[in-house]
Amino acid sequence: MFDVIFIGLSLSSILLLVALGLAITYGAMGVINMAHGEMVMIGAYVAVLSSIWLGANFLLAIPIAFVVTALLGLLIERLVVRRLYGRLLDTLLATWGISILIQQAVRLEFGLTFFGIHIDGLGPGLQNVTVPAYLQGTVSVAGLEFNGYRAFIIGVTLALTALTWLILYRTSAGVQVRAIIRNPKMAAACGIDVKRVNALTFAFGSGLAGVAGVMMSGFKTVFPDMGATMVVDGFMVVVTGGVGSIFGTILSSGLLGEINALVAIGTNDIIARAVVFAVVIGVILFRPNGLFSYKGR
Amino acid sequence: MLNRRNFLKTTAAASVVLSAPTLIGRAFAADPIRVGALYSQTGGLSVVEKLLANAVQMAASEINATGGVLGRPIEVVVEDGASDPKTFSEKASSLILKNKIDTVFGCHTSASRKAVLPIFERRNATLFYQTHYEGFECSRNVVYSGAVPNQQLGKYIPWIVETLGKKKFFIVGSNYVYPREMAKVSKKLIEASGAEWVADEYLELGHSEWAVMVNKIKESGADVVLSNVVGDSIIAFYREFKNQGLSHETIPICATVTSEIEIAAMGAEYAAGSYMSVPYFMSIDTPANRTFIDNFRKFTNDPKAVTYHSLEAAYFQVFLWKQAVEKAGNLDPQGVRDAIRGQSYDAPGGKVTIDADNLHCWMTPRIGQWQADGQSKIVREEPAPVKPLPYSAYGETEDNLFCTAKGLDQAKLKG
Repeated sequence: MFDVIFIGLSLSSILLLVALGLAITYGAMGVINMAHGEMVMIGAYVAVLSSIWLGANFLLAIPIAFVVTALLGLLIERLVVRRLYGRLLDTLLATWGISILIQQAVRLEFGLTFFGIHIDGLGPGLQNVTVPAYLQGTVSVAGLEFNGYRAFIIGVTLALTALTWLILYRTSAGVQVRAIIRNPKMAAACGIDVKRVNALTFAFGSGLAGVAGVMMSGFKTVFPDMGATMVVDGFMVVVTGGVGSIFGTILSSGLLGEINALVAIGTNDIIARAVVFAVVIGVILFRPNGLFSYKGR
Repeated sequence: MLNRRNFLKTTAAASVVLSAPTLIGRAFAADPIRVGALYSQTGGLSVVEKLLANAVQMAASEINATGGVLGRPIEVVVEDGASDPKTFSEKASSLILKNKIDTVFGCHTSASRKAVLPIFERRNATLFYQTHYEGFECSRNVVYSGAVPNQQLGKYIPWIVETLGKKKFFIVGSNYVYPREMAKVSKKLIEASGAEWVADEYLELGHSEWAVMVNKIKESGADVVLSNVVGDSIIAFYREFKNQGLSHETIPICATVTSEIEIAAMGAEYAAGSYMSVPYFMSIDTPANRTFIDNFRKFTNDPKAVTYHSLEAAYFQVFLWKQAVEKAGNLDPQGVRDAIRGQSYDAPGGKVTIDADNLHCWMTPRIGQWQADGQSKIVREEPAPVKPLPYSAYGETEDNLFCTAKGLDQAKLKG
């Protein structure tokens, strides 16, 4: 029983890790950011590159990845997304295009392959990150055996979630973000610099994706396409939880992760996946706004 | 690494490469023989398939350097299958009909091979297919240079039971035809060896969440895992295996697909101690293999490139074709296919022979144990090459062949 709960918790934390950034960009800004998965991918590549080229420790890659992807997010917001606020479908198309560009940039090593130059850690191949020995294998606490790396992911996810909550609910910037979620025009009328807050929010959401990427790199394969499937899971969690609600996102990732683990252990992973999708469809049918949602005014 | 000198060096090297075809062209008076190389150059499978195309091109350039085939140089026409069986079938048609090529080296997945098969059979062309696959095929138009299940599993399973002393198998694979056929053959061999299998589980291709499956392995009481998992799922699998506290010392993973490529991509420490059965390993310590590795690294301009079973087969199949053409004395496809029966070649991994009955390949099965440096230690090697039996899952034996030069004996398959 303990195994089921722990695996479920682990699956939930991985879902939440990817969805947290999306919950902010999609929820707060109404941008369907299809490039979110590529931010995760970039985060993973930051972990690969920083260990090859800087000899950096795995843990050190977490802040580096946050900064790199946050800056990239800022750039994307300034260049593209800023011009598309309020046009949901256009943001979907534009960010999808960006996601393809980013994938190809990594695959072609930012164009350097055309000059016959190869950078270790980039290119179309599979990469890996060395995880410190103390995160491999198991740790036992109170007679129970934990998968060390998964426990670490759960810890990081909890910390990031707490951080996000603190920023949103305990800082003045957070108040501004929440005001924009409720009603951007009214927020602007109250003197909030909506453009500036949006840019920072987008950067923060992208940075969270970057950290998610570092965590993924420790137990999944790193390759240019890795983000494409994750963004689907991320949206699934956000939509189920209710757009604009951090609490809803946390709850729905917990729910979907545990359902997945429970069904997968009882039957197999293929059926578990189907059941998860059935639950999501059910939620959307009966609660079109998700489990928790704010009513915009 | 990006200074001016390096840049100049690279540009100089590039211009040499670019001018090379014209130099080769001038060295030969005769028209080139055109052959196809049909591999994915784009899409998810391109990482692996580009290497196979490289191996074919390298073999062709080596043959050209020593005088070509029948005094004529080989020209390799590369087509892109784009990781999609439908595209493979279109490009195969284009090679055969538009380019008038009747010899194609190509395909990697069984899905792409099945998609192009009817075209080769209808147009009397020949496909050289190098990947180890599930068997259950007896085409007169395909020369199969990869291993079939009896060559990978025939000695592997008894060895696991007798030498490693394992009694309970957990069979796990990706959900498609190859792992399922491998499981079918394995179960027969496991039961014949007096051991048992406790589970036969599958995950979708590309699945990378292994928490539940590894937990099941842990709970199952199995003392060995037989893995037919393919692709990048392998990496997540081995990592999760170690992270859940399982050890190859007590419950080794014995794999049929995990090659040097996947080991390099997962980090060697995760696989150290596990096993793999395949005829070729990069660690085979012969002058021929060392030369092959050096040449491949030079050819691909990657000093860290690894070689593995399918790559070796992609390479030596070109030499087998050359010998068959020279024996036939002309390029008539049927004549070449008749001539290739019984042809032997000293490949980097040892002697290989095309079987006179089923056009598959005799080769020497080996079992390797992965070491901490990402290479294998060969722990068992057959004394002689083993005959390929593509229908071993359905009862084919050396004394009772299903697939012969006359074609497939349908009655035996049903009986």
